[in-house]
Amino acid sequence: MFSLGLTGLLVRRNLIFVLMSLEVMLNAAGLAFVVAGARWHQADGQVMFLFILAMAAAEVCVGLALVLEIYHRFKSLDVDELSEMRG
Amino acid sequence: MEVAFYIAGAVAVVSTALMLTRLHIVHALLYLIVSLLGVAVVFYLLGASFVAALEIIVYAGAIMVLFVFVVMMLNLGAPAAELEKHWLTPGIWVGPLVLATILIIEVLYLVRGSTASLDAAGIVTPKQVGIALFGPYLIGVELASMLLLAGVVGAYHLGYRKVEKREVQHGADTHERRASAGGDLVLAGADRSARTP
Repeated sequence: MFSLGLTGLLVRRNLIFVLMSLEVMLNAAGLAFVVAGARWHQADGQVMFLFILAMAAAEVCVGLALVLEIYHRFKSLDVDELSEMRG
Repeated sequence: MEVAFYIAGAVAVVSTALMLTRLHIVHALLYLIVSLLGVAVVFYLLGASFVAALEIIVYAGAIMVLFVFVVMMLNLGAPAAELEKHWLTPGIWVGPLVLATILIIEVLYLVRGSTASLDAAGIVTPKQVGIALFGPYLIGVELASMLLLAGVVGAYHLGYRKVEKREVQHGADTHERRASAGGDLVLAGADRSARTP
């Protein structure tokens, strides 16, 4: 599932799809934590999942605000069109 | 129980793959919600019922609402209604509906059954999680709260600057028009209602 999210991150050229792929990747990492916690009967895995949950919420909050700003500025969500940053 | 676990995992993976191959954002959101529900069922089967509930509430509830809001705000305008009518044809409901039905049947079967976990010894109760969370991981909880605060303030800042800029621009516009109309405010704003939304 993590690899699916990574593939989506690399393949799709739409910012919202990129954010959704990030969600999938974080979710897969949390799943791995919970599975490991269940395997060794520890509560740490679920604690880590809670932290991942909080981080995903904050990340999506800021990310979607950025998406709105970018859309209002460029009228597009295509990542290739936004690559105008020059050094 | 193992069969149920593998079915839920397969539903999650398949719906994630379908999400990535959709062309429209709304379709992909539907599949993403089904994927999150599948992961929640997997958590429940692993004995982490508290985390399963959090997954549904926070991910499938709050974060998906954020995504839907943004999709809604990006589609403002006249052609949006036509576009949505085109997107929400009954055909697209079939795929997520089938996957979600599989999950619902599985959950009903599990609720009717006696044991709800793969192995009863592997269950980590919410009490243990809470004790660990506010014991050794207390500093992590504080850091997470700081992170959430930073996220909220950052999102507010990013959303606020645009409004402020528009206000400043509007004020400058008014000033200029008043000067050009010789100080007459009524004359300066005569055609404003027709011009601005």
